[in-house]
Amino acid sequence: MNRLMYYVPLVLLGILAVYFSAGLGRNPATLESVLINQQVPEFSLPPIEGSSKGIAKVDLKDQVVLVNIFGSWCKACWIEHPFLIDLKEKGVVPVYGINWRESNRQAGPRWLKKFGDPYTLIGDDPKSKGAIAFGVSGAPETFFVNKHGIIRYKHMGPITEQNWNDTLKPILEVLRKE
Amino acid sequence: MKQLFLILAIFLLPLAANAVNPGEILKDPVLEKRARAISKGLRCVVCQNQSIDDSDAQLARDLRVLVREQLVAGDSDQAVVDYVVSRYGDFVLLRPPVKAATLVLWFGPVVIALIGAMGLVLFFRRQKRYAAEINKEVGE
Repeated sequence: MNRLMYYVPLVLLGILAVYFSAGLGRNPATLESVLINQQVPEFSLPPIEGSSKGIAKVDLKDQVVLVNIFGSWCKACWIEHPFLIDLKEKGVVPVYGINWRESNRQAGPRWLKKFGDPYTLIGDDPKSKGAIAFGVSGAPETFFVNKHGIIRYKHMGPITEQNWNDTLKPILEVLRKE
Repeated sequence: MKQLFLILAIFLLPLAANAVNPGEILKDPVLEKRARAISKGLRCVVCQNQSIDDSDAQLARDLRVLVREQLVAGDSDQAVVDYVVSRYGDFVLLRPPVKAATLVLWFGPVVIALIGAMGLVLFFRRQKRYAAEINKEVGE
């Protein structure tokens, strides 16, 4: 019995080693959203310049949609942009945009004019009102909303063909059945 | 000499290191004080080990402004904090709340210290008994 006691520190060390090495693999920048399985937050944003309609919670009603937070200043948004255009052209799923924190009123619209506009509706969000309502910490982030207005998934970082096929498309298919 | 010392001393003054811009500060000093207190407890989700009061990140600035707007609108401190937590989770609280999931975090160190103390007590008691036994043998 007493002899076994000598192994206690070793066992403890083993437990700690497993615990900490598991923690090493986690990315602290990926935050789990508390809004998952919650109603879309109340929000209402004005249109961007050159457009007549902004975006509010009611616009997302009764359909499966993506809500994408983007900005022309955000390089990762440039990366995902062609894929969002692709989604629109193929009519896969409506994507609603929150144009976050542009340095001036023209920057967002100009960028969309140059590279194409993949969004059904866009809200202008210079003061992070929409971004904070959605608990956003960086751009791009994309929320998957089902037709009951429940946020079911949040994707952080750019949507690419690969993560779309591997992860996001199957999720979308599940949401369609809800 | 004394002057030189004074001048040098000025450089050593700890300057208040916060990120609040003059334009953000509320006119009402009581509200501003409450806003500062709330901001100090909220984590900046962009630069995660700073509070929004310390951080220069844009999002931290927008959150500071939001906190002030809600205070001006008459919300209580708790209501403001609750709103931010409802969006970002307990993670934004620099002081995590005591609840089932955080019991180990809060009380784990105490429990481990107690186990250590118990070990020490046992160790010294055994030493004493051992010493007593030896003394007895020697004495005989």
